[in-house]
Amino acid sequence: MVLLLLMLAAALVGAYPITFGEFIAAFGQRLTGGTSQDKIHTVLFDIRLPRVFAAVVVGAAVAAAGAAYQTLFRNPLVSPDILGVSTGAGLGAVLGIFLSLPVAAIQLSAFVVGLATVGLVYAIAALVHGREPVLVLVLAGVVVGALAGAAISLLKILADPYDQLPAIVFWLLGSLSAIRRGEVLAAVPLVLIGLFPLVVLRWRINVLSLGDEEAKALGVETGRLRLVVIAAATLITASVVAISGVIGWVGLVIPHIARMAVGPSFDRLLPTATLLGASYLLIVDTLARTMARIEVPIGILTAIIGAPFFLWLLARGREGWS
Amino acid sequence: MRVRLAAHGLGFGYGAIPVGRNIDINLRAGEVFCLLGPNGSGKTTLFKTLLGLLPAQAGEVVVDGTPLATLSRQDIARRIAYVPQAHTAHFPFRVIDMVVMGRTAHLGLFASPTSMDRQRAREALALLGIAQLAEREYTRISGGQRQLALVARALVQDAPAIVMDEPTANLDFGNQVIVLSEVKRLAARGLAVLLSTHDPDHAFSIASRVALLDQGRLVDQGVPETVLTSDKLKSVYGIDVVVGRLANGQTVCAPTYRC
Repeated sequence: MVLLLLMLAAALVGAYPITFGEFIAAFGQRLTGGTSQDKIHTVLFDIRLPRVFAAVVVGAAVAAAGAAYQTLFRNPLVSPDILGVSTGAGLGAVLGIFLSLPVAAIQLSAFVVGLATVGLVYAIAALVHGREPVLVLVLAGVVVGALAGAAISLLKILADPYDQLPAIVFWLLGSLSAIRRGEVLAAVPLVLIGLFPLVVLRWRINVLSLGDEEAKALGVETGRLRLVVIAAATLITASVVAISGVIGWVGLVIPHIARMAVGPSFDRLLPTATLLGASYLLIVDTLARTMARIEVPIGILTAIIGAPFFLWLLARGREGWS
Repeated sequence: MRVRLAAHGLGFGYGAIPVGRNIDINLRAGEVFCLLGPNGSGKTTLFKTLLGLLPAQAGEVVVDGTPLATLSRQDIARRIAYVPQAHTAHFPFRVIDMVVMGRTAHLGLFASPTSMDRQRAREALALLGIAQLAEREYTRISGGQRQLALVARALVQDAPAIVMDEPTANLDFGNQVIVLSEVKRLAARGLAVLLSTHDPDHAFSIASRVALLDQGRLVDQGVPETVLTSDKLKSVYGIDVVVGRLANGQTVCAPTYRC
């Protein structure tokens, strides 16, 4: 409910303000089948609403993936890119920009390389027969992420400094400014496909947060469940990172706040984090495009808000987790 | 009495590294079976192998007449409940949420616990005398209370056998007695309980049978009075022990302190 009101408010404010009356009128026109070419129509349906929905989808997606990963890895300091999905997607996008591919191909490249990176991490971890499967996963994620980061740096050096480099930097900071309706519509089903297993398996995922051995002793097939959660969270993250770039901190901080509000049980944590993430990113994105004459990249804004907040959490003592 | 859990010529360890071998034990319904052994003798590793958390290196584990290796995790959890050493959870679950997780093996893959499952969890907490802790955070109760909560979780699992890894470790004197009395009551209700402990007195007070594990091998097993003699305790632990009988008929063991 609050989210819907926020969406309405976000749709009205901006460089070209729209009144509530104009908003209703534009919708009425649209519903009755009339297509007008006026400015309000263009701003509302082609620019602002896609962006509002993008903020909601991206925020919900990374927060849900973050909640799933923090529960899976039993660590509140884990963010959705712990296994390298963001770095991998970044590498895919940078590669696309470097090769001067069209926008859609860049996004596809980000999505595919993001998925492939996590697949590689998982395969490496499966080959190493350790006693601590979770620890091996995280370490493999760190190593592969570092490699992908090195590849990104190499491409940055090789890129054309006047044309490609700014595009690369802007992409890596994350932004919703250039998002179009088609992109949002492409990401939504993928996010929903990823959310589905998290929702229906929420109780088992909850039990998994006790650790591998205890969850097994309680009757959970932990290896299989972990694979499903990783695949689902990776699909969610990769689909939104591909359209928005790397927007940091949301997937780390939002599940924290949700846990403070409703406790650590995943069946309550998941819906709360999803809604909070959607609202949060919508607010931040609306700020990003309205508070200054030039638009602030949203990744910078989420970091500026997220980092001090996280420090405050640390200073409060570990109340949020134990 | 029916054999709930048995090991035949069991060899166990981590990966290729052997920890113990040639283990033959039977756990029967209605009994408390106590496993004693020095640090590093392989008690926890043996338990994990009995629960199927580690693969057997040799021999086999049989649960209710079925080889463990052929059972799914859910099937195993319905037959054996596990009480790990009291730990601190990573997330501040409420005690009731922790206990209700014991119902997982009885839920469908996509199901969450119902109000009936929560009711069961509350009853288990009440049975152990800690009903008032239900809404408290598991991370903020004492070690003894956590241990009792974990026992409650094992109870709602509705398994005919319970394996407890040092349920009295880290407990104060009073809480040790509370937990062990509860164990005794569970066995009286027909459950089969296998537990490890460091204190021979615990075996004397509640165990119907006891096994002595040293360097991965069973030195002896049988009723406490024949297994826990001063000779055998000396050979396993390397200290002098006097085993005696109190006026009330209770057997206790007193080590000799040298200076």
